[in-house]
Amino acid sequence: MSWWTPQVEAIAFALFQALVILIAAVGAGALLTMVERRLLGLWQDRHGPNRVGPFGVLQILADMLKILFKEDWIPPFADRTFFVLAPAIAMASLLLSFMIIPITPSWGVADLHIGLLFFFAMAGINVYAVLFGGWSSGNKYALLGAMRASAQTLSYEVFMGLSLMGVVAMAGSFNMREIVAAQETIWFIVPQFFGFCTFLVAGIAVTHRHPFDQPEAEQELADGYHVEYSGMKWGMFFIGEYVGIVLVSALIVTLFLGGWHGPWLPPIVWFLLKTAIFVGFFVLLRAALPRPRYDAVMSFGWKICLPLTLINLLVTGALILIFSPAGG
Amino acid sequence: MSAVQSPYANHSHADDPVVQALFARFGNHVFVEQSTYTGMPVLWLDREHLLEVLGFLRDMPEPFEMLFDLNAIDERLRSHRADLPPADFTVFYQLMSVSRNRDLMLKVALSERDLEVPSVAGLYPNANWYEREVWDMFGIDFRGHPHLTRLLMPPTWHGHPLRKDYPARATEFDPYTLTVEGQDTEQEALRFDPESWGMKRKDENTDYMFLNLGPNHPSAHGAFRIVLQLDGEVVVDCVPDIGYHHRGAEKMAERQSWHSYIPYTDRIDYTGGVMNNLPYVMAVEKLAGIQVTDRAKTIRVMMAEMFRINSHLLFLGTYLQDLGAMTPVFFTFTDRQKAYEVIEGITGFRMHPAWYRIGGTAHDLPNGWDKLVQGFLDWMPKRLVEYERAMMENAVIRERTKQVAAFTTREALEWGVTGPNLRATGCDFDLRKKRPYSGYENFDFEVPLGANGDAFDRGQLRIDEMRQSLRIIQQCVDHMPAGDYKADHPLTTPPPREKMLQHIETLITHFLQVSWGPVLKPNESLSMIEATKGINSYYLTSDGNTMSYRTRIRTPSFPHLQQIPAAVRGALVPDLIAHLGSIDFVMADVDR
Repeated sequence: MSWWTPQVEAIAFALFQALVILIAAVGAGALLTMVERRLLGLWQDRHGPNRVGPFGVLQILADMLKILFKEDWIPPFADRTFFVLAPAIAMASLLLSFMIIPITPSWGVADLHIGLLFFFAMAGINVYAVLFGGWSSGNKYALLGAMRASAQTLSYEVFMGLSLMGVVAMAGSFNMREIVAAQETIWFIVPQFFGFCTFLVAGIAVTHRHPFDQPEAEQELADGYHVEYSGMKWGMFFIGEYVGIVLVSALIVTLFLGGWHGPWLPPIVWFLLKTAIFVGFFVLLRAALPRPRYDAVMSFGWKICLPLTLINLLVTGALILIFSPAGG
Repeated sequence: MSAVQSPYANHSHADDPVVQALFARFGNHVFVEQSTYTGMPVLWLDREHLLEVLGFLRDMPEPFEMLFDLNAIDERLRSHRADLPPADFTVFYQLMSVSRNRDLMLKVALSERDLEVPSVAGLYPNANWYEREVWDMFGIDFRGHPHLTRLLMPPTWHGHPLRKDYPARATEFDPYTLTVEGQDTEQEALRFDPESWGMKRKDENTDYMFLNLGPNHPSAHGAFRIVLQLDGEVVVDCVPDIGYHHRGAEKMAERQSWHSYIPYTDRIDYTGGVMNNLPYVMAVEKLAGIQVTDRAKTIRVMMAEMFRINSHLLFLGTYLQDLGAMTPVFFTFTDRQKAYEVIEGITGFRMHPAWYRIGGTAHDLPNGWDKLVQGFLDWMPKRLVEYERAMMENAVIRERTKQVAAFTTREALEWGVTGPNLRATGCDFDLRKKRPYSGYENFDFEVPLGANGDAFDRGQLRIDEMRQSLRIIQQCVDHMPAGDYKADHPLTTPPPREKMLQHIETLITHFLQVSWGPVLKPNESLSMIEATKGINSYYLTSDGNTMSYRTRIRTPSFPHLQQIPAAVRGALVPDLIAHLGSIDFVMADVDR
């Protein structure tokens, strides 16, 4: 066992961690497809899927089987390359973002200095999935959906970045672990309340969740950008959306709710618990709200959220300058 | 002004002020008056005078604002028409004056060799679709019509189905086959050609996108297609295309006995259930001269109002769903289930009970019906409050619907809009109040009105209407008259069962009426009601037979769809969806 050096052990452990987190993220996304339907059922006076396995948990398996055995159909008028690429980007970009999330003091895939920036980059790439999917489908509804998606994401990514700058300024770092560490005494949701609100809104918009599901808007665009997709390609968009929900929830927890911090319970439980609450909140939003008109969503982003984040950043900066030890 | 027209008026309308005015203006020799049970003056005139007379009526003080209906009759096989002007085909124009609360019917006789009348689409814009339908069904040409093409039948169709020489049964045709080439031809015929509708494909700065919304689309509420001319997401213009749900209900009426046609009426507005039976059986009862008992009338009102609530609940759920709220529809379906439990308990069926009969209803109310109905009446009010608080007061809903697809009373009337959509513009016109039928004059209720005629008012108004319907049903429960549920009349179909079991005469009548059907004297009658979606009327022509000679069904959804382009031009796609959700239509009601 001479090759089993501490370095090898560290690499193996890191790989193992990465694998577990990857599987957990995908698994959480898949589980959510069923959890969401059960939660919606609860709030909508109905049962939801409860027939396959105890409490319907095996519904995921049944859905998976169905989706995998469906014909892998590519419409003849579609642009094949981009059509196939789009769902891969949709799922991969969001999955990769899980890399930067510190789950407990000892668990997490990568500890990047630019942690947050990596997430922004991945969210930026994620737009291409919708754009490619909508454009390559050769369908007018898909195109309209893609147009909406690009306009919406453009507007919302602007202030999504800005909304987190307050957090970054207070923690003095882009590194996620340092941001969590900076919340030892007080969670950033308190000093950065407006940052929290705007990031929450932007997070929903980035994942195209109701009420910001303009790109798919079933009642208007008949599912928008993924209208031509079926089988596992559609499944990847679908799981991608749920992975997105988990990701944004985990980010909110890390950035504003102190990550794993919390009394009595072990860190992992705190992290999962807080994340689950936000996931539930996402589902509740879908059950509760009607869909605003597309242009109202845009003007809400530009006229309310953007100024709010700018003011928040200005005030945060000013306060830091005033109260920081005059080292400069 | 007497608001109530006698249901059995068969007298001359020569003293009617409108008829007098027409005689004074054009001279008596221009008109021939026909005596009918329709309850309105029916005047025949030459097609040369048509436009002038219609123009006069439209512009007179207290005018006839609305072209209520326009259709035709193939007169060639009609044997009892001795006093009428000779005609192979008749085109009739039914006008309604909301200000006078009066109707008037004009008829134009046409010869087979010269099937042409001037188009009146310039006077009444909603004549456009009616004239297309008549061209489609009878092959009558309308001179000056802007786009005289088939409306209900596919563009590739041969023949004009409502002509008497056109077969009514599938067995009279060769078996239907559809080859791949045939399918391609049909598909190609449906391709939208903007130029033929006078639309440009591009402007100086814009290439328009033509988006085919439907016939399969989540918000099309059935098989309905509307082609949008889009500049970005702005609807520059649009063309509704109907006929995908056409079953030929009017043709079927010519092959069904007066009695056996009742179930077909259920399926005209499939959310209206027995409400659909009402105008039909009332029109038949006028022809037969049956006076319905108070108990039967009250039972009919109660069940019709149950279905009004049921239909409005479906509206509310889908309307909110079209606005993106996914939850309300599950709640309104819970309520609808409660309503159906009552309906099922009383009629024995849910969606299509076909429960009214000529002369009464199919059964008497079952034991314990009042507790059943009271349970529903106690359940609903708090739910309506919940819908208002959760949804109608929601800022997003208000933003999506306020001032969206708004139209005025004048526009509504000139497009033939009736019912809640008309009342949402502030026009107080509800047939239950203005021309009470089936005993509505005995009930204490209000007619909710809107103010802005927008998508919000159309939604809110229906919630208010449900409250009023609950009031009416409560009064039915509290004061249900005793007595028979069927009229004691030889033409009551089927005759009361107790008598049938005791008298051989009634047994024979029973046998004849359910096998051949009752025979009605030759005449014409018309009955209109305030149905779930607007005014629904049946215009029946009897030629002294067991079957109707011509059954014209005027449905409210048809003009509502025709009006869509006028209401949404310049709006965004989401506004169009909000409008579609707010006008409450079902395609079965449009296409018949």
